[in-house]
Amino acid sequence: MKNMKYLLLRRATQFTLLFLYFGANAYGWHILEGTFGASKLFGFIPLADPYTTVQVIASGFILGADVLLGALIITLFYMIVGGRAFCSWVCPINLVTDLANWLRRKLNLDREEVNYRFLKRRARYWIMVLGIIVSAVIGISAFEVLSPITIMQRGIIFGFGAGISVVIAIFLFDLFGVKNGWCGHLCPLGATYSLIGKASIIRVNHNHENCTNCMECKIVCPENHVLHMVNKESILVTDGECTNCGRCIDVCNDNALEFSIKRYIKK
Amino acid sequence: MANSNNKRRKFMATTLQSVGLTALGGLLWSGYSDEVKASPLVLRPPGALPENDFLKACIKCGLCAEACVNRDSNKNKDGTKRVGTLKMAKGGDHRMIGTPFFIPTEVPCYMCDDIPCVPVCPSGALDMPSLLNKKEELDINNAKMGLAVVHKESCIAFWGIQCDACYRACPLQGEAITIEHQKNERTGKHAYLLPIVHSDVCTGCGLCEKACVTEKPAIFVLPTEYSTGRAGNHYVKGWDEKDQLRVKDAKEIRTKDERSEKEATDYLNMGVEY
Repeated sequence: MKNMKYLLLRRATQFTLLFLYFGANAYGWHILEGTFGASKLFGFIPLADPYTTVQVIASGFILGADVLLGALIITLFYMIVGGRAFCSWVCPINLVTDLANWLRRKLNLDREEVNYRFLKRRARYWIMVLGIIVSAVIGISAFEVLSPITIMQRGIIFGFGAGISVVIAIFLFDLFGVKNGWCGHLCPLGATYSLIGKASIIRVNHNHENCTNCMECKIVCPENHVLHMVNKESILVTDGECTNCGRCIDVCNDNALEFSIKRYIKK
Repeated sequence: MANSNNKRRKFMATTLQSVGLTALGGLLWSGYSDEVKASPLVLRPPGALPENDFLKACIKCGLCAEACVNRDSNKNKDGTKRVGTLKMAKGGDHRMIGTPFFIPTEVPCYMCDDIPCVPVCPSGALDMPSLLNKKEELDINNAKMGLAVVHKESCIAFWGIQCDACYRACPLQGEAITIEHQKNERTGKHAYLLPIVHSDVCTGCGLCEKACVTEKPAIFVLPTEYSTGRAGNHYVKGWDEKDQLRVKDAKEIRTKDERSEKEATDYLNMGVEY
């Protein structure tokens, strides 16, 4: 169990948040209401997704103050805890893609490394910008009409309907298609949080002295290019694409990886 | 030199590829987004902006639907919770995914006095000011979710059978729906009791549609845009002083062409043989 600390903490966080959202509809709780698009915390603190907010503004609507304030709160929060902490600690699609990823390893689907010429990890930034452009041209929030994240979340709260097929599609794509295909290549929300998290204070620190070069961390990491310093130098993982999931810390048997606070390390 | 040329060429090629694929994605994405917008026959919560603006503004958070299902009055007699009016569109509903709507034949809008669904809207897609009355209070009677229309061929009241189910179900009884009496010439001794909907009062709550006794409701709510016509600005009611004000400052417009040199009667009768 020792090497599952952060994994279990993440799952606990994800399920707790989803259950609170579910309870807001099913039992009328006022702890966390709404969806990731816009929520209310404790019945009065507004929260809103920054990328959704930008899309609505791009579509040409003057938004209510609640959403703007909510987007600001969320942006500041993830600037501190690491932008893509949303992806690994909150997002329900993470449950699906992590399962696909785990199955890939168990089924040895990772052995054949295929070169996906068309799908680079930076595609998500193109998609992020494209989503804003399409929102402006068509006049609706373009990503919100197909976002598997909110489709899955609303599915859990209000019932799935045919929306479940989107979630299954993501699962199949990640399992049989591209490794980390959705979260690591396509998701524009992840791209937004990557940018927000550039300045994050909480980061994984690598201690070169302890590293035995076993490469376990790179096997489990969903964005393993961010671990370029492993067995090379003792520095922080500062890439915004790191999801702060802590899986590398879990699997490291040599105490070469640990969460740190950026400011103290700099000195 | 050759190496740097190769690098540049590769850079140009990958950039071109990225731009091209982005353009392709953009076209597909735009086409899809435009299609999903086109689901016009959908009833929105009270205070919703006109459909086109509503689709822009709605952030798909579901706070209105949660407020609707969890309102205090939404309970059965034994205290158990009922299904809410507002549903969040999911895949397969053929409405813009994640937006709130209601289906009167399933659960109509009960027109709560405190309108729990509207003040919770964070984005302004449900426009609270549009529901305020002269005293600046929330007034559900100002809602315009749709407008009920009667299909008189299937309405049994128009057949001469006594039925006033819609009239009795209407929360604005006698205002939004009135009963008009007409002589039944077929029997010669009975009256038709005809339901008439008044569009300036009807809120589109759908209680009439839910109450209608026919197999497929003969009275039903459509979005106001689809159940109303428009006479156009060029029709002015000569008998209505208020309507006359519209043309108070109207000026005469004279056009001049070949025809206007002659009297109208001349050219209108041109080529006519008597």
